[in-house]
Amino acid sequence: MYEGVVQDLIDELGRLPGVGPKSAQRLAFHLLQADAADVERLTAAITEVKAKVRFCEICGNVAEGQTCRICNDPRRDGSAICVVEEPKDVVAVERTREFRGRYHVLGGAISPLDGIGPDSLRFTELMSRLASGEVREVIIATDPNLEGEATAAYLARLLRSFEDVKVTRLASGLPVGGDLEYADEVTLGRAFEGRKTLT
Amino acid sequence: MVGMPLYRDEAIVLRTHKLGEADRIVTVLSRNRGKLRVVGKGVRRTKSRFGARLEPAMRVDLQCYEGRSLDTVTQAETIDPWGDAIARDYDLYTAGSAMLETADRLTEEHEPATQHYLLLAGALRSLAQRDHDPGVLLDAYLTRALAIAGWAPSFHDCAMCGAEGPHRAFHIPSGGVVCSSCRLPGAAAPHPDVLRHLAALLTGDWAIADATQPRHCREAAGLVAAYLQWHLERGVRSLRLVDRTGTAG
Repeated sequence: MYEGVVQDLIDELGRLPGVGPKSAQRLAFHLLQADAADVERLTAAITEVKAKVRFCEICGNVAEGQTCRICNDPRRDGSAICVVEEPKDVVAVERTREFRGRYHVLGGAISPLDGIGPDSLRFTELMSRLASGEVREVIIATDPNLEGEATAAYLARLLRSFEDVKVTRLASGLPVGGDLEYADEVTLGRAFEGRKTLT
Repeated sequence: MVGMPLYRDEAIVLRTHKLGEADRIVTVLSRNRGKLRVVGKGVRRTKSRFGARLEPAMRVDLQCYEGRSLDTVTQAETIDPWGDAIARDYDLYTAGSAMLETADRLTEEHEPATQHYLLLAGALRSLAQRDHDPGVLLDAYLTRALAIAGWAPSFHDCAMCGAEGPHRAFHIPSGGVVCSSCRLPGAAAPHPDVLRHLAALLTGDWAIADATQPRHCREAAGLVAAYLQWHLERGVRSLRLVDRTGTAG
């Protein structure tokens, strides 16, 4: 235990995800020994991000204004919406450069064990977007785990009423660069289920 | 890992929590060692060898080594991939989540709970195969899980004095149906078919349980949930999300 502000800093850093007491202590002492200018830059960045960044009113992604960069871009295809759990998933899909449509961030996945039901997520906002009639395809890109799959199943059921909208789910299967023999049964089973015709 | 004590057991994954960059703390109900909290290293990475096997509602053959606070998974082989089937149907998912949460609440770490393990395995298997309505399956599991925990409700004879039934009044704090002499204020008076349905769930008489009218199933579900909450002192969060509109006979 340290005294006063040093312990306060360690406690605050320890509240960050993935930072344990030892890491918090290491980070705190790094900051103590760092140049004042470096520390000021860090505090300014943290203050600025809290002041400027909010969630896009349309898609729920992080944005510096009322709407995000992707929703503001007229070159994006408005007929396709990719539904993801978190803003960081938008970045992951963007890195592929395969998708030129827009996004919808749910804000998580349905998890009854954590008390997160459909009402806690941005399903109503998605329905409002679809009501405009512009959207032709909804790509469900929730995580391929139990909560993500169940959220996809719930969303697919919800979207049944939009007969003109094609609902697709990201394929699950073998990771590129991996060995088939090490694949687990569930992943390999899904890879078989979603196999492609080559000829 | 040389010299680390290793053990192997069958287990059902109850829930997972994120840990650090790519690890998970996995809570499992094992066949012989009771509830365990183990670390699955790197299981959140897409190339993980057993990430998919350590998802909730999966039954796995687990090998772990004992750590100072938490044990670590070294191998996991799928026995039954119930989680995969359950996740594809929202009704199965909410019912399954309530089963897993209840199992987590009713069992203690490192205290063998083989009877509960077998009950949960049977319930998840039936759920994944859609043998019965998911809501009815859930109520059957909850009633029997409470019985295993020592809180078996009485649906025929008086829970207070043992007078032979059938009786009409159902009083949760008293432990089930009560006779007219033992009846206390606040006792419910469910339809006789509701009590017949509950008794069938407890004994596994599926011919009666499956034939019960939906409204009686829903009334029974309310009593089971209230009875569960009374004994656990805190509600099971997942129960709130179970859709009972489809509960049909």
